[in-house]
Amino acid sequence: MKLTRRHALVMGAGAALANCITLPAFASLGDDAIAAFTGGAEVGDTGITLTAPAIAENGNTVPVSVDAPGAAEIMVLAMGNPTPAVGTFKFGELAGSQAASTRIRLAGTQDVVAIAKMADGTFVKASSNVKVTIGGCGG
Amino acid sequence: MISRRDFLQTTMAASAIYGSAGFGNWSRLAAQQAMTQDQLLEFDTFGNVSLIHVTDIHAQLKPIYFREPEINLGVGAAKGQVPHITGQDFRKLYGINDGSPSAYALTHDDFSALAQSYGRVGGMDRVATVINRIRADRPDALLLDGGDTWHGSYTCYQTEGQDMVNVMNALKPDAMTFHWEFTLGSARVDEIVEGLPFVALGQNIFDSEWDEPAELFKPYKMFETGGVKVAVIGQAFPYMPIANPRWMFPEYSFGIRDERMQEMVEEVRANGAELVVCLSHNGFDVDRKMASTVSGIDVILSGHTHDALPEPVLVGETIIIASGSNGKFVSRVDLDVRDGRMMGFRHKLFPIFSDVIDPDPQVTALIDEQRAPYKDKLEEVIGQTDTLLYRRGNFNGSWDDLICDALISEREADIAMSPGVRWGPSILPGQDITREDIWNVTSMTYGEAYRTEMTGEFIHVILEDVADNLFNPDPFYQQGGDMVRIGGMGYRIDVSKPQGSRISDMTLLKTGEAIDPAKTYVVAGWASVNEGTEGPQIWDVVEDHIRKQGTVSLNPNNSVQVVGA
Repeated sequence: MKLTRRHALVMGAGAALANCITLPAFASLGDDAIAAFTGGAEVGDTGITLTAPAIAENGNTVPVSVDAPGAAEIMVLAMGNPTPAVGTFKFGELAGSQAASTRIRLAGTQDVVAIAKMADGTFVKASSNVKVTIGGCGG
Repeated sequence: MISRRDFLQTTMAASAIYGSAGFGNWSRLAAQQAMTQDQLLEFDTFGNVSLIHVTDIHAQLKPIYFREPEINLGVGAAKGQVPHITGQDFRKLYGINDGSPSAYALTHDDFSALAQSYGRVGGMDRVATVINRIRADRPDALLLDGGDTWHGSYTCYQTEGQDMVNVMNALKPDAMTFHWEFTLGSARVDEIVEGLPFVALGQNIFDSEWDEPAELFKPYKMFETGGVKVAVIGQAFPYMPIANPRWMFPEYSFGIRDERMQEMVEEVRANGAELVVCLSHNGFDVDRKMASTVSGIDVILSGHTHDALPEPVLVGETIIIASGSNGKFVSRVDLDVRDGRMMGFRHKLFPIFSDVIDPDPQVTALIDEQRAPYKDKLEEVIGQTDTLLYRRGNFNGSWDDLICDALISEREADIAMSPGVRWGPSILPGQDITREDIWNVTSMTYGEAYRTEMTGEFIHVILEDVADNLFNPDPFYQQGGDMVRIGGMGYRIDVSKPQGSRISDMTLLKTGEAIDPAKTYVVAGWASVNEGTEGPQIWDVVEDHIRKQGTVSLNPNNSVQVVGA
């Protein structure tokens, strides 16, 4: 039998392969961004809620939301992406809440990190591991 | 003062004794060759509320054989816990005698021999009899369908689920949740759901575009039964767009959404619910974790992982009921609800022995009506088997071995891959294999058998990825299927290791050589979740292969070495 339709690859070979390779080189980029944002200040872990799926339904568009009452700015990072910066949300004094949601693209299984700069200049951080998988074998 | 927790534990013990006594009876009766319907269905009505749970029927309208798993490994906190106990350990745990009807119904050993004595199981006409009998005791008992109902047979495929809808409607369920139903495509699911005479539930079924609760599916419904306000909250399969093709239902999003589950529990309690029931398609380990992260659920009716447990599992103050698959079991849970809380329960898992339980004649006629247009196609004999054909288990079942053999020989491949699904009845040695039998283990809306090239490295990545869906120690990362079945290749798996280091010693069986990460191999498989997959339908591939064999005879498969369990 002849091999036909090479492009109709079953498991999305290229994409899936990228998903499963860890990308340590980019992790330091994320750490650098955190250091630049916090100026090396100590970072707490209470007062911020990051909501992200445990397993992404679609790695190309992963819904994430973050809520940090009293924050002046919230930075969101996808630590395993070639460009970790997702965005920084700034809240004015009259903001009714300090929350944001967006959808992000993830290159593979990785940590999504949110860091809030509070009005008093302190920092808090939340992190969530989002798995990007080939899937396809659910019972 | 006796606390609620103590009280639950006391009734749990009583229920355990009751359960064991029931099992003992079956064994003795079997020895006397005198199991009767009355004895099998005996139940001392208790409390003021009755729940009837059916789940994962997979479109099995007629009685079948179904062998339970031999290998069902638990990891993390679930290691060595039910439902990850099989065979003799299972019988010992529940006080079941070897060779008894309950041993046949609940464990794998001596399956072919016991099947000769105890016959087929299931059949929705028999299930109807059991339901009617419970309703005779308690007319307003709630019948709850855990989903995976409109998938899994020739007639279900040809009618796009209509055969199952027609038969289930006759049983008059009160609510249902979902999984494989969505592989009919969202347009068809919407069409059926809009016409259902009962409520379609799923607090975790969302509109993917707006990330808001989907309009068509309700998070919960309040029922009034026995003077008690009962809330039934639905939980559809959380990982549908990952485990099944997302492109077939792009408008929908799922996820566990346990925070929202907690909100729903609080909402129904605020609305006066005295009993909170979760009708779940999470899978057992996910339900066990959810029972500890969400407070206030009294009963979880658990589906998806096809486990059949003769006693509830207690997590805090929540009881979890697991009712098997393929129409083989019905669970009845009687509850005593007073002063706004569950004070006690009585439970029994009824195995549907098709030769013992009388079929309901109206439902039999309805089933035959669904099958009539396809009768000749269904009954055509394709071959015979000398080997017991079954699927359930974490690794290759013999049905999978046969399917992989068919892929390798019909599609001229080095290696074959078959999905680790948990549905599909068994065929006894000496039985004919009909077209219906082949469809029962292959039918799906994305059954194209692909043929492609993969590097050794990529095959390794696939195995690691699927293994993590099964053996991740955190249940919320488990998708509830079994390991992808492999033909033509052996490997070693250490289930205790993290992702990336579980799979080793991959060997191409036809040469005995180690798989080379850089080398390319021809791989044939089916059930790809990718849109646009091309190839013949898997049931045609398997049918062609069996016709050429005449009589199927398989050698035991020892190509997967499992360690770390």
